[in-house]
Amino acid sequence: MNIEDQLSGLTGGLPDGISEGVALGTGMADGYGLYPSPVGEVVVTFNIEGVSSVDLATEGYEKRFAGRHGRRLFRADPPADWGRHIPEAMEAGTPGRLPVDLRSRTQFQARVLRIAASIPRGEVRPYGWLAREAEKPGASRAVGSTMARNPIPLIIPCHRVVRSDGHLGEYSLGGSHNKWELLTHEGVEPARLVELAEHHVRVQGDPTTGVYCHPTCHVIRASGQWNIVDFTSTAAARSAGFQPCEVCRPG
Amino acid sequence: MDDLTAALARDLDSAFTTLVESAGPGLYSGLRRLCGDHQEAEDLTQETFIRAYRALGEFDRERFEELRLSPWLWTIALNLGRNHLRNRSRRPTLVEMHTNPAVDDPEPPDLAAWDARLTALPLNQRRAVVLRHVVGLGIGEIVEATGRPEGTVKADIHRGLDRLRRVMEQEQ
Repeated sequence: MNIEDQLSGLTGGLPDGISEGVALGTGMADGYGLYPSPVGEVVVTFNIEGVSSVDLATEGYEKRFAGRHGRRLFRADPPADWGRHIPEAMEAGTPGRLPVDLRSRTQFQARVLRIAASIPRGEVRPYGWLAREAEKPGASRAVGSTMARNPIPLIIPCHRVVRSDGHLGEYSLGGSHNKWELLTHEGVEPARLVELAEHHVRVQGDPTTGVYCHPTCHVIRASGQWNIVDFTSTAAARSAGFQPCEVCRPG
Repeated sequence: MDDLTAALARDLDSAFTTLVESAGPGLYSGLRRLCGDHQEAEDLTQETFIRAYRALGEFDRERFEELRLSPWLWTIALNLGRNHLRNRSRRPTLVEMHTNPAVDDPEPPDLAAWDARLTALPLNQRRAVVLRHVVGLGIGEIVEATGRPEGTVKADIHRGLDRLRRVMEQEQ
């Protein structure tokens, strides 16, 4: 055989993993890893933009992902640093230094989700508060559906958003019992929230400072509990001479 | 514009998989012979396609009209090879589920001998011979990919083949 023919015989196939690697590197596919969480094992997906979804690691999550995001999914190691940031973000219940990919959301939904991510661990806020913070005070319902379709639960802590009447409300990641579980894990007593909701308590005031807060705000919780005043509305708190807390901005 | 270029211009995401499937084997084989290392060739192949995808995303109609896929991909690959750029840490990296070396490196063991022969060539000759005879690019395409004049490319191929013949004669 002449040398030219021998050289042309050196062509082989494409090794395994290259086309998947290209799909991951271009963002045409997402990678995923499995992580423990207080509500069981979860699948965290990520791409070149950031973390794109969190789902329970139950059967069919690859199909659910493809259906929701229209991209393929491969088992992958996250980009450097994210390997550490993902468990940290899940434990803290906020993205921190971890970038999040919210391209599948509208601008309003993305804004609402980023505001939800600012709710401190161990505290909850009603839908109406999120709507107000997003400068769309009438949009509580849209806020509710944005939370119901939060692609990145646990890291964007939609479990810290409750109904405007104070009841816990629904939860997309496996159901409302998981919301109860997660809040308990963060030191919130869900039973206490339900009790306040049943008594129509929306905000609480501290007579010493003259400031009223959401009941879980760390400002009011840090004060002595014995002289806290319950209010059924912010208007009632204001007419009693109280000022809204500058930290939790109860409106 | 050929069919694949037209498809890329129309819908980059769906046509890009076809580009990887059709150009991937040649690109990998050529890079494998040029750098002499399986892992390095895989990395460079992957990186070439990722760069190509990003670049194509910015292309307008006119750039697609002028595009000749093979030499263009090789321009990217040769630049990457020159600089040994690595960007692996900034993106998700596939977890290899089946680590079977035979599948990972799909070449017969006797071909390893070619690494030694090709390494004996000066870089320009090696590149010209590999692009012409392993990858199967035309002279014009090699001129485009390497940026070297036609006469030089032809001479590199000619001298490279001569040298390989001599090396193989000595082996016998």
